[in-house]
Amino acid sequence: MARESNFKNMFLCLLIICFGGSALLGGVYLITYEPIVAAQAARVNQALGGVLPQFDNMPAEEAYQVEADGKKMTVYPGTLNGELTGVAVEATTTKGFGGQIKVMVGFLPDGTINNTAIISHTETPGLGDKIDPRKSNFSLQFNQKNPESFRLAVKKDGGQVDAITAATISSRAFCDVLVLAYKAFRQSIQKEGGDQ
Amino acid sequence: MSRLKTLVNGIIKGNPTFVLVLGMCPTLGTSTSAINGMSMGLATTFVLMLSNLVISLVAGLVPSKVRIPAFVVVIAVFVTVVQLVMQAYVPALYQTLGLFIPLIVVNCIVLGRAEAFASKNNPFDSFLDGLGSGLGFTLSLTVLGTVRELLGSGSLFGIKIIPGDAILVFILAPGAFIALGYLMVLFNKLKKA
Repeated sequence: MARESNFKNMFLCLLIICFGGSALLGGVYLITYEPIVAAQAARVNQALGGVLPQFDNMPAEEAYQVEADGKKMTVYPGTLNGELTGVAVEATTTKGFGGQIKVMVGFLPDGTINNTAIISHTETPGLGDKIDPRKSNFSLQFNQKNPESFRLAVKKDGGQVDAITAATISSRAFCDVLVLAYKAFRQSIQKEGGDQ
Repeated sequence: MSRLKTLVNGIIKGNPTFVLVLGMCPTLGTSTSAINGMSMGLATTFVLMLSNLVISLVAGLVPSKVRIPAFVVVIAVFVTVVQLVMQAYVPALYQTLGLFIPLIVVNCIVLGRAEAFASKNNPFDSFLDGLGSGLGFTLSLTVLGTVRELLGSGSLFGIKIIPGDAILVFILAPGAFIALGYLMVLFNKLKKA
């Protein structure tokens, strides 16, 4: 069955297999490239539609990067008839119990949190995953609160946030991500103010 | 007749999960619900069928010293194909299974079937063997996922059938081991009977 191994046939065999494999992968990549981009954009757009108040522009196309606390975040401005109605910030924290938590936070122009949406997380099912509004009301308590007057920390840490029972770390991480997003929002507002 | 045997072997006598106890990492990791387990099983089945087919076609031409690297490249190609296709057409499922899809490459069932069966048999039998092992893996994952979902969140294929809270531990890692252990006992008992 197997052939005698020598340098030449080993080299050629692996070369041919790798070339064949790459060609096939290249083809599949080309076919799936557009659907993948569309699927990712759909996720972002869905999140944007949920967290921003009314808007008639394309926030995903006007997105820009802002840096706060050494982290780069993407900011999506939402406008209605050219007037700024809200800003969505995509922020990530690694302080979650199970790793990264990626959240889209929508702010009104005065800094009030409009709504939040989880883009991805790996928190424990049944405990930490209650940060997802589909699982519990935890994240709804932030809506219509302004981080200027609302202390974004769990009550255990002297803040005003009701933590999820048995998931203090996930709750803290969620507060952390909101604080981060708020910092990015302040920077982006300063920038917008500077432009006008 | 022997072809049928080849196909059925992977499902019952050589069931990858309950009898050979191979590929435990994706088994325990993705069986949190019936639908997740089934999707993972089907993705692995696809890779097993095609890699077995291609490997049995090229096995005669590959020098024996580099056969493992050659097989791994073939397997990796098909896994990447599955990954791209899932990312494009079922993004929600891709999000749930996440890292476990690329990890099919190092699933010992796939390389095990390539080395033990496909490199010694003709393409059609190898294809059937891949299909059989894949279906066996899918079946085990679906059953394990069903049990864990039913006990852990009181639902079946995402539909809530038992109201109220359920036994959370079955969704978590310890529950995976407990459920797998009991299913293994049950399967081996039934197999002997």
